[in-house]
Amino acid sequence: MPLLKNNVLVADTWINAEADGDFPASGDVIVPFARLLKDWGELSARPGKLGLRLSNTDRPEALGTFLPKLSVIVLPFPAFNDGRAYSIARSLREMGYRGELRATGNVLPDQLQFMLQVGFDAFEIGERFPLETWQKASRQMSLAYQRGLFRRGSEAEIWTERHTDAEPWLEQPHAG
Amino acid sequence: MYRYDEFDHQFVRERTDQFRNQTERRLSGALTEDEFRPLRLMNGLYLQLHAYMLRVAIPYGTLSGRQMRQLAYIADTWDKGYGHFTTRQNIQYNWVKLEDAPDILDALAAVEMHAIQTSGNCIRNVTTDHWAGAAADEIADPRPVGELLRQWSSLHPEFSFLPRKFKIAVTGAPHDRAAVKVHDIGLRLHKNDAGEIGWEVIVGGGLGRTPMVGVTVRDFLPQHELIGYLEAIMRVYNLYGRRDNKYKARIKILVHEIGADKFKSEVEAEYARRPHPTTEVEERELARIAAYFAPPDFEKLPRWSASFEEAKLANPAFARWARNNLGPHHVDGYAIVNISLKPEGGIPGDATGDQMRVMADLAERFGSDELRVSHAQNIVLPHVKKDDLLTVYQALEKADLAAANYGLAGDIIACPGLDYCALATARSIPVAQSISRKFADSKKQDEIGKLKINISGCINACGHHHVGHIGILGLDKKGEEFYQITLGGSSAENASIGTILGPGFAGHEVADAIETILDTYLKHREAGEEFLATYRRLGPKPFKEALYATA
Amino acid sequence: MTTPEKGQLVTANRLRDGIAVFLTRGGDWSEVIDEAVLALEPQAAAALEARARDDEKKTIVTGAYLVDAERLEGRVRAAHIRERMRALGPTVRLDLGKQAEGKGAGFAAPEGE
Repeated sequence: MPLLKNNVLVADTWINAEADGDFPASGDVIVPFARLLKDWGELSARPGKLGLRLSNTDRPEALGTFLPKLSVIVLPFPAFNDGRAYSIARSLREMGYRGELRATGNVLPDQLQFMLQVGFDAFEIGERFPLETWQKASRQMSLAYQRGLFRRGSEAEIWTERHTDAEPWLEQPHAG
Repeated sequence: MYRYDEFDHQFVRERTDQFRNQTERRLSGALTEDEFRPLRLMNGLYLQLHAYMLRVAIPYGTLSGRQMRQLAYIADTWDKGYGHFTTRQNIQYNWVKLEDAPDILDALAAVEMHAIQTSGNCIRNVTTDHWAGAAADEIADPRPVGELLRQWSSLHPEFSFLPRKFKIAVTGAPHDRAAVKVHDIGLRLHKNDAGEIGWEVIVGGGLGRTPMVGVTVRDFLPQHELIGYLEAIMRVYNLYGRRDNKYKARIKILVHEIGADKFKSEVEAEYARRPHPTTEVEERELARIAAYFAPPDFEKLPRWSASFEEAKLANPAFARWARNNLGPHHVDGYAIVNISLKPEGGIPGDATGDQMRVMADLAERFGSDELRVSHAQNIVLPHVKKDDLLTVYQALEKADLAAANYGLAGDIIACPGLDYCALATARSIPVAQSISRKFADSKKQDEIGKLKINISGCINACGHHHVGHIGILGLDKKGEEFYQITLGGSSAENASIGTILGPGFAGHEVADAIETILDTYLKHREAGEEFLATYRRLGPKPFKEALYATA
Repeated sequence: MTTPEKGQLVTANRLRDGIAVFLTRGGDWSEVIDEAVLALEPQAAAALEARARDDEKKTIVTGAYLVDAERLEGRVRAAHIRERMRALGPTVRLDLGKQAEGKGAGFAAPEGE
């Protein structure tokens, strides 16, 4: 499935490992959390980058020591209105995670900006909507009331605009 | 009153444009109903029994004359000439067309209003004491914090898809008129010995299928920590609240299932873990907001108004209205005017466009240009000089707005029920009307005294029946309506959930049953004892006996 | 007394204004429940529902579903009070809605008030 990143489609080169079975000899692999815990030794010795697929019930604070080793974390939206992944994503960014944060499942254009704002930067979008709809959706609102969100270049934080002598609080690690 | 700055304006305008685009996509077929439903709900647009219904937010229940006039204009232009004020200090229009909804949102934006988050599993309109800024017993006006929370919760990216809807109420007075103990989060202001302000944080109250009184998780949260702490609560709820069953998805169930202590420790752990620079309530931002809520320039007046006292002597109807419908103001020579939207046999909370304009006029001429919507579905003019009360009363009388039943048996809370609502299981309004007619005699109402009768047309409890002194719940029995009666509920600082009295009644039997209950109260009450106190002293037994003995 | 015909009709809300409507024999949508076509067999009901799904796709109506109802002397009455309310409009505002417009069903306001 193509990935939306920085408003363009890119190929997904990652290999998904299942709950058991061998890892591929080479290439970048995404594993479920149980696998990460079980096969950490093998995975950390393996060539290629490491990604993690979390479920909605995994606790983000349990990831602490693994975070620096991960290049991708995939978070699921089993339904568009299951909003747990928003909190997990924001927690991971607050914990200092800087790698790719990928949304999968029922990802819809009208939720894209919320996802960007909590720190997602890659999206498995399927084929229901044309690319142009996604691109528009990423910039529906140019202002946000909350502080410290992840923003695209054109977006502004109302609080900072109001108090112009204020420093922006978070360094922006990416522009979704 | 708060006024939008350029950013608030732009924010609401962009949101309205976004909804116009979404509506066009729906009408053209580019979006399916399943895709569109959550989008329209996030903008307050429901599909009800007869048509679309638009719920407009009235943040913390505060309105200017101009805004009320615009609500009247919307009622006349795009609806059938009336609107319904709700138990969450909002207004609903019952006959909106989808194709008109974006224009209505534009009209609202023009007067600094919107319908954002009046539905959906997100943080809903923040409600507060309808006497805020005027009440004699108030510690501080809670509305600046109400506005702070409105902005913080608007399109919050992390908390827009919660397990279920989320309601926050704020009060700045010891006498709780905002029902903070039966909200998902209730905030109650306290002042410590050093004169500092802090917030008691109450979590997990609520009505609906499983009514509960909330638990206090912080006694005195410093004001600057408020948003950070609320975010910790919201995050714990968002991550661990149940999503497998919509009837168990409110935060009260999470608090109940894991226990108040465990819940509190989860929140505290989350709060301790998170960095706070971006949630700190900055003094300058709060000061910016608070400046808009500066009290009006009150005149220095004697406490006693000769003209008011004379008018009461000359006009017994006015005297009765003044006795029942005025609240104590914190400034001498002023009163809080409660306009009852409960005329005898009327529809609780409904007002016509013309009536809205009358109220807007009165607010502009005599009330510092302020109106409030109360959760009991009445309208409040918070600052009226006693010298002006007779004039105000006479104008209200002409507009059929002078019902002198504020806080009495006729002041019934009722949800729209099966006459309008797609979720309802029975009608509420006709039951309210029959009770209102039964107690039309003003002497009898006065004799009964303070009483809250609350009616809901389904278990979701929009009519707050659990916390009515007398609660009535309309249910569906094999396709027909019947009604269950509860006694002893309260939403005030001594909050309690009512107890079901016994088997239910058919719609036409309810008013008689209420009369029997109230006759029993009159028979047993001690001098000066209100209904709730008598019930709490005696319990349900005498009421049960009176009600079911003859059956 | 004549016995009523029992069956099912399809109701929905018109997409652009949300008004409650009923599928007619001719395949149109009427605001008047008396004009609804009544399916007497499950197969016929399924056909009506399929027809309604088509009209949902064409963005004419939304939220179509089958409702138990009966017809007597040309008047149609839904079995459940909720559906009778939809056919009538609010019972507390007889001055507006379908009753005021003469579109209310013949079985009139529900008992009670």
